[in-house]
Amino acid sequence: MILLSPLSALGRSTLALLAAIGRVALYFGRVLSHIVRPPWYPREFVVQLLQIGWLSLPVVGLTALFTGGALALQIYSGGSRFNAETVVPSIVAIGIARELGPVLGGLMVAGRVAAAIAAEIGTMKVTEQIDALVTLSTNPMKYLTVPRVLAATLCLPILVAVGDSIGIFGGYLVGTTRLGFNGTNYLQNTADFLEFWDVASGLVKGAVFGFIVALMGCFHGMNSGRGAQGVGKATTNAVVSASILILAANYILTGVFFSA
Amino acid sequence: MIEISALNKAFGLNRVLQGVDLTVVTGTSTVIIGGSGTGKSVLLKCILGLVAPDSGTILLDGQDVAKAERDAFLAKFGMLFQGAALFDSMTVWQNVAFRLLRGSLKRPAGEAKEIAVEKLRRVGLTPDVAEKFPAELSGGMQKRVGLARAIAADPQIIFFDEPTTGLDPIMAGVINDLIREIVTEMGATAMTITHDMSSVRAIADRVAMLHGGVIRWEGPVEQMDGADDPYLRQFITGSAEGPIEAVR
Ligand SMILES: Nc1ncnc2c1ncn2[C@@H]1O[C@H](COP(=O)(O)OP(=O)(O)OP(=O)(O)O)[C@@H](O)[C@H]1O
Ligand SMILES: [Mg+2]
Repeated sequence: MILLSPLSALGRSTLALLAAIGRVALYFGRVLSHIVRPPWYPREFVVQLLQIGWLSLPVVGLTALFTGGALALQIYSGGSRFNAETVVPSIVAIGIARELGPVLGGLMVAGRVAAAIAAEIGTMKVTEQIDALVTLSTNPMKYLTVPRVLAATLCLPILVAVGDSIGIFGGYLVGTTRLGFNGTNYLQNTADFLEFWDVASGLVKGAVFGFIVALMGCFHGMNSGRGAQGVGKATTNAVVSASILILAANYILTGVFFSA
Repeated sequence: MIEISALNKAFGLNRVLQGVDLTVVTGTSTVIIGGSGTGKSVLLKCILGLVAPDSGTILLDGQDVAKAERDAFLAKFGMLFQGAALFDSMTVWQNVAFRLLRGSLKRPAGEAKEIAVEKLRRVGLTPDVAEKFPAELSGGMQKRVGLARAIAADPQIIFFDEPTTGLDPIMAGVINDLIREIVTEMGATAMTITHDMSSVRAIADRVAMLHGGVIRWEGPVEQMDGADDPYLRQFITGSAEGPIEAVR
């Protein structure tokens, strides 16, 4: 019996995990089906563009700036071991565009946006505002979820593109001021080595991450427990699940894009 | 006509509704009374489909509401929630005019706002309240905005969950008169939950008392005082002694 109980605990949590995955998958399907059917709420969509996209710019920009700078330092010191300091511009650009831009941008937005969405929708749930929406003939899925999911999916690639530029600029700043690179050469080097697909793959990742962030925020908000405690838990779950799903999706997408 | 039969609803082990039977005739006002936590709000939410009942049927004009076309069904209803449930991201008038600003009842914003201000006036709120946000209002004012929102699109059936709770006696009287007026003049069907016995007398055509998960007593308001049900008697007189246990 004592030996069996860890097994049964494992079994229970596995079942719970599978059930959660099933619920998220169902929710995912419902979101897709509502995206393609009217009515749509363009005004809500614009508000969310502002909330999710515009207001995330500082967070994403600062993250990219410092990451680009740190990356330049790392690659310089690492590269010096085999006399390859000159690769700094190209590796910084590739690292930022392919990997760090979308992933760190996505994680920062997960912290900011998934939390905000889950808290807002969770509060609406516990104060009966979601019920009120329904009685006013408005589908919460269409009115709350669809605008957020669409806005996040559209905004994140743009944020990633901005982050890429700022990240490369961060590398440039460190490279030219501390590592003795010539400014023109640095930029020339970056432009020569960076390929279209390096950037495009990062933007596609960004779109997927944006979708994940909004989906998790809405899902956990809609399923929030009762009271302030329920909302707190929903917020935490939204950020944690969005972050983990972003990292997992990043691994899968990287495999798909670059394994061949 | 709303016909509820053998309605059951449990939350886990908490068996809230245990076979509720109730009929509400079109164009009449039914008041539901009953102790706190007996499931009055849950009953209204079951009718609206906000809470899925475990078993039992609810018919609206002979049609099962679980199978009805949702949009057409909900378009007939207005609901005032116990906690007002105002959207805190919008101003008061946008809350009241919510239905009039989107969907099938959509009309120009100016017109919608006029209607909203008029409905606010009917619940005793001045036009300057219209531009405020719900968080800037007192509890009783929020309740009245919720009421204005519930009646804004002139629904055929209106549910009021404790419309006068938190209001001063004069305002409570205004709201009671308004509910009565909506039923007698506009021919709407109303179901009202209240704990306030003077409200019951002012609003009700019929009274239903929910206790122990079932409708304990149901009848015309005139017969309420003469009824010999001990549970109802204790509730009307507000006595601590009686079959309903008050935990102390
Ligand atoms: N979503 C829910 N999840 C779990 N339990 C619930 C839920 N909604 C209501 N309940 C429970 O159902 C019971 C009845 O609740 P309800 O809100 O209908 O009471 P009420 O009769 O309206 O009381 P009051 O007069 O205090 O408003 C309560 O015990 C409550 O805890
Ligand atoms: Mg209640």
